[in-house]
Amino acid sequence: MPFHVPSEDEYNDYAVVMKDIVKRFPKVLANDEVNLFVKKGEIHAIVGENGAGKSTLMNQLYGLYNPDDGDIFIRGRKLDIDNPKDAIKEGIGMVHQHFMLVGPLSVTENIVLGDEPTKQFNVFDLQKAKKEVQKISKDYGLKVDVNARIEDLPVGTQQRVEILKTLYRGADILILDEPTAVLTPQETEELFEVLQNLQKDGKTLLFITHKLNEVIEISNNVTVMRAGKVTGQLPTEETSQRELANMMVGREVLLRVEKEEKEPGEKILEVENLNVNDNRSLPAVRGCSLDLYKGEILGIAGVAGNGQSELIESIAGLRKAEDGKVIYEGNDVTNATPREIRELGISHIAEDRFKHAMIQPFTVAYNVALGRHYRPPFAEGGFLNHKQINKRSKELVKQFDVRPPETQILAGTLSGGNQQKMVVAREIDYDPDCMLVSQPTRGLDIGAIEFIHQTLLEMRGRDVGMILVSMELDEVLSLSDRILVMYEGQFMGEVKPDEITREEMGLMMAGQTLEEVRSESDG
Amino acid sequence: MGKKSWIRVLIPIVSVLIALLIASIIIIWVGEGSFMERLQFLVTAYSEMIKGAFGSVSAFMNTIIKMSPLILTGLAVGFGFRAGVFNIGAEGQMAMGALTASIFAVNASALPMVIAIPMTIIVGMLAGAVWAGIAGFLKAKTGAHEVITTIMLNWIAYNITNWAVAGPFNSGGGTPKSPEIAESTKLPNVVSSQATFLSYGIFIAIAAAIIMYVILYRTSMGYEVKAVGFNPFASEYGGINVSKNIIITMAISGALAGLAGTLESIGLYYRFYGTLTSGKGFDGISIALIGQNNPFGIIAASLLIGGLRTGSNQMQFVGVPKHIVTIIQSIIIFLVAAERIVMTIMGWNKKKGGSK
Repeated sequence: MPFHVPSEDEYNDYAVVMKDIVKRFPKVLANDEVNLFVKKGEIHAIVGENGAGKSTLMNQLYGLYNPDDGDIFIRGRKLDIDNPKDAIKEGIGMVHQHFMLVGPLSVTENIVLGDEPTKQFNVFDLQKAKKEVQKISKDYGLKVDVNARIEDLPVGTQQRVEILKTLYRGADILILDEPTAVLTPQETEELFEVLQNLQKDGKTLLFITHKLNEVIEISNNVTVMRAGKVTGQLPTEETSQRELANMMVGREVLLRVEKEEKEPGEKILEVENLNVNDNRSLPAVRGCSLDLYKGEILGIAGVAGNGQSELIESIAGLRKAEDGKVIYEGNDVTNATPREIRELGISHIAEDRFKHAMIQPFTVAYNVALGRHYRPPFAEGGFLNHKQINKRSKELVKQFDVRPPETQILAGTLSGGNQQKMVVAREIDYDPDCMLVSQPTRGLDIGAIEFIHQTLLEMRGRDVGMILVSMELDEVLSLSDRILVMYEGQFMGEVKPDEITREEMGLMMAGQTLEEVRSESDG
Repeated sequence: MGKKSWIRVLIPIVSVLIALLIASIIIIWVGEGSFMERLQFLVTAYSEMIKGAFGSVSAFMNTIIKMSPLILTGLAVGFGFRAGVFNIGAEGQMAMGALTASIFAVNASALPMVIAIPMTIIVGMLAGAVWAGIAGFLKAKTGAHEVITTIMLNWIAYNITNWAVAGPFNSGGGTPKSPEIAESTKLPNVVSSQATFLSYGIFIAIAAAIIMYVILYRTSMGYEVKAVGFNPFASEYGGINVSKNIIITMAISGALAGLAGTLESIGLYYRFYGTLTSGKGFDGISIALIGQNNPFGIIAASLLIGGLRTGSNQMQFVGVPKHIVTIIQSIIIFLVAAERIVMTIMGWNKKKGGSK
């Protein structure tokens, strides 16, 4: 059954209808006659690349922006939603990508904030608030500790608090703006369970994402957007990831990476029995050893926070190794400084773009120079060579398709995908022999992911040895020649991507060794 | 970027205009007689102030004399700001620089001028650098916040200098002061008018601003200083030694403050006084703020504050309390610090819509 476009008489069956919505911003037409039809009680996915206009559309539904043109119908009634207050009154709730929570306050306090139950003389009634929060938490099967402080909670739980907040305010239409972007695979699974429970309770859910497997997994219907327009409206069961990807990007997309067979070269990097502590001085890497050869991608899979970051940072010179050795081309480089590591020809795509990989208030050109700002061609005799910096950064911005193709704008003004392209461009321009690659595509859209994967494979073709850390199982499986699975600071075993199933990988990521996994499947 | 940079220039200028406007209201308010008479009073007050600051050769010289140390302490604080360190200790570094330079200068009579003056300056700058370097070292190695340590070092410097001029380095007489420095260490004067002498110190201060500009915008060192100020984590990732940079930045900052003190000693007073610094180190914070940490902005801010202070004496003769200048200065700082107020008044922060 193809997607049914309702006539105006049928709007009563629809929780949300947005008709011919136009929203202009200076220089961009963010929404160009967009139509959205969301049936009561369904999970409706809205997919599109970064900047396609998804968030703008949802912000209009939630009253954060007002449409320049077009109508909004909620449960069949035509409404003007001027501000979020109006939206909340209509039972619309929104969970933003960046949580709006007060860190030092408790779960209860955050949930009731702005709508607190009171005792006599308008005094906040904490006990009553706790009871109410406990009740909705139980009703919807969203487990939280009502007394916990927000800042002590993991991201997934914080998100649950955000959802509870909207439910507390009586929302029955929930907008979730890229809810999985910040979650681990486990947390994502838990979120999906929650969403399905909410659907059973009759809630309508709008789910913004650019991850297609999630669309297929969770939604009933999907609306695809590209460059401010709707390019597809269809029931989920009748589509595939490939079709959605093509609608999203507007051209054929390679979902699977084409990787050439390649014999690895000689050994370039060796890690021996490495021990590294985390920020709290607790052991994070516990006796890890690995060998890396030229021209291979060694994947490190695992759930976030199992020591991958500390391992990479230690090799890169950013974190002290407590014990063990790092040997590069036969030389002991344990606890060398980051500059020494870089001068050896090891470049590093850091996992945290904002914290480590770029300086937002610097221009793109200056960010390209980072790490080489003291030596030719970017500097001579202590003086910066601006001509060379600008020339090279212009070339790189063009080659890596960073948009807008400007080098004198501040790096912080670029979108996430373009910032990442800038970082990748810089680290590749080092002309490295070895690369430490951490979460290279986190938060990026399909087009950018494809480009970065191709670039990494190109480096592999040029005999660069790479360690790839990623929380995306698909990414590790499709790019790596060998994979080490990391759990609680230790390697659970080494596998070849074509000799293991996702389920087996999942078990190893949960702490089983390869032998245990294999013997289980045999028995 | 282009739009942003002109706003950075305009904010201090608009702040000055708003401050003068508010001060006008206060002057009219404290005046006497009819509204027209009060208006007349206002015009007199401001014209006297301008006359007092720029109206004659000696008035202008006085403005420049006041301005020179402000440029240097402004540069000291501004340079620190650029690297993300808040050096509140310019006052103490200035005092230590002046004291050490003076001790050297008093005993340098054997040296010819071409050697004595540069040596004295280097000694003064080194003293300032070491004094600030202590705070830099503590921050880099132990994480001790520089605001706390520099404030404490200010008090230590205050007590050391007071002890010095009251005891071992006292020349007797009324106010605690050191003996006069050797002739060969006195900075020559550019011009003199009546009893006012203007030394070459102003050129040294301007040269320091130009050097700071070159360091910040043209060298790898400046790149590192700014990078560490913006994002120490990314700097470390980019192979920059963050600890070393913090110590160097503090040392340079302190050297500039030490230079301010040295020039006051060898170019103006020819000796060390217990009251030599008299808050000029703290003024550096305001100057850096008004000048937006830009070397040339700092020169302009120093000219403004120096002029206001010189002019305020003249203004007092016609019956306007000189504290009005303190009010003007405070309003300017308030508005520059809270730049959003200016942005809102001028309508520069129109919300820009846009999806990310």
